[in-house]
Amino acid sequence: MLDASVTELARALAARRVSSVELTRACLERIAQAQASLNAFITVDPERSLAQARAADARLGRGEAGPLTGIPVAHKDIFCAQGWLTTCGSKMLANFVAPYDAHVIERFDRAGAVLLGKTNMDEFAMGSSSESSHYGPVRNPWDTAFVPGGSSGGSAAAVAARLAPCATGTDTGGSIRQPAALCGVSGLKPTYGLVSRYGMIAFASSLDQGGPLARSAADLATLLDAMVGFDPRDSTSLERPKEDYARELEQPLAGLRIGLPQEYFGAGMDEDVRRAVEGAIAELAKLGAAVVEVALPNTGLSVPAYYVIAPAEASSNLSRYDGVRYGHRASEYADLADMYRKTRAQGFGAEVKRRILVGTYVLSHGYYDAYYVQALRVRRLIAQDFVAAFTRCDVIAGPASPTVAFKVGEKVADPVKMYLNDIYTTSANLAGLPAMSIPCGFGAGGLPVGLQLIGDYFAEARLLNVAHQYQRATDWHLRAPPVPEAQ
Amino acid sequence: MSLSLEDVRRLGELARVEVTDAELLAVQQQLNGILGLVGELQAADTAGIAPMAHALGRELRLREDAVTEADQHRLFQSIAPQVAADLYLVPKVIE
Repeated sequence: MLDASVTELARALAARRVSSVELTRACLERIAQAQASLNAFITVDPERSLAQARAADARLGRGEAGPLTGIPVAHKDIFCAQGWLTTCGSKMLANFVAPYDAHVIERFDRAGAVLLGKTNMDEFAMGSSSESSHYGPVRNPWDTAFVPGGSSGGSAAAVAARLAPCATGTDTGGSIRQPAALCGVSGLKPTYGLVSRYGMIAFASSLDQGGPLARSAADLATLLDAMVGFDPRDSTSLERPKEDYARELEQPLAGLRIGLPQEYFGAGMDEDVRRAVEGAIAELAKLGAAVVEVALPNTGLSVPAYYVIAPAEASSNLSRYDGVRYGHRASEYADLADMYRKTRAQGFGAEVKRRILVGTYVLSHGYYDAYYVQALRVRRLIAQDFVAAFTRCDVIAGPASPTVAFKVGEKVADPVKMYLNDIYTTSANLAGLPAMSIPCGFGAGGLPVGLQLIGDYFAEARLLNVAHQYQRATDWHLRAPPVPEAQ
Repeated sequence: MSLSLEDVRRLGELARVEVTDAELLAVQQQLNGILGLVGELQAADTAGIAPMAHALGRELRLREDAVTEADQHRLFQSIAPQVAADLYLVPKVIE
């Protein structure tokens, strides 16, 4: 049951072969067993989840079920859920019980899904390893000495370890795709603007996007259907006709043109990653796709541009954490300014502080043009590269991460080393394009490798089609890590 | 571009984040490392390229200037560190 896909579980629930209460209980037991070894969750509230499961069972009994009714979903602790502790992985929000639901949470609630718990993450979504959480690092279920990736590491680990059939995450510079790759699960970042950011704690507003993680492209389509929709409370939310994201899943790949950026296949990636990714591309060619070389000449500037724009926006967004209205407040201070300084120094971890300081610097007088505006110009160059590439191909393929998972503690001493994990993912955020990662093999130490697919604006259905056809012909996405040891 | 210790202190002031003397050197080194990474942007030829703030070039949506929110201050203030008479309490600023 815990290996089953969302689609299979929905069928089983509708046929009353299993109840939502049974399913939810099974997940909660698994979560409890795995918590000490994986630390994938920050908050679990069995009574609340089971109450939702009972309500879902009532709906199922009345024949009023949808595709997600009764399905347990783990949510990254970046989504405000009314009455639930919502920490964003930070001490700053260690006491923050959200007084309202994020739009995404509302949508899952309306669909009758069960909120299974809040998953662990890099603090304020800033990280690629889920090690900067105030609540301790998350561990990779494939080998707990290794990181799961980040910042949605808890969600990726939960799905990989079969603690939950699916989860939500957010992706600002790769934070869904990279942990999905490192944990051997499927994850998708939608086109910017499709998923409402209302109630999704802000890191970098022009880059942040919420998205689903699951164990198959078909499941991602179901979750995307639930997550996408116009929300007037998010000023960047797009109003578009409703789409069925599963509509192209079964289309054969004959005639599909897959673009391989020469910049992605140079020196940057490890050999084991290269082998798995090239194997996946060969498989896609067998399925009828044509492979074309494309150029994304400004790829090398995407990490520098990202690490100007994201910290700049973060420094602005995180200025709201001042100890006045909610969250942590220092207990001792000389005056108001001191209260701010101490509250923020105590509430934020080292990486968050670094990014705020970098952001403050690049926005400050005398540096704003040279750094921030320059980065925004480079952003346009990067977006233009993709527009040109998509005249010659339908989907771009490459690695999601230059390496498989690395050891916990290995990269924490050098921020720049950590940032270079993001070389393949940040461009899609800068350009606002949809992108996903699906499992395509294993590398050194038996650790998963992810294939990244990047699509044109609003081409989610196409991406899911390519992924689904690949998953019909291969079984990497069905592999499971060893069962976490009960403690 | 290299930050001095005084630059780091000033940034801490601007950002309202206390950087202690003990932290100062390490923070300076880390920030300079990061600025070294992002310094690569300077070499990019962006002549004639307009800055891009929004992925799809959309403009901010406008709406009717009408009241749509209900007063929920009691709910929102229930999680505040210090509240009295519906006001958020902070240390006195003016003597």
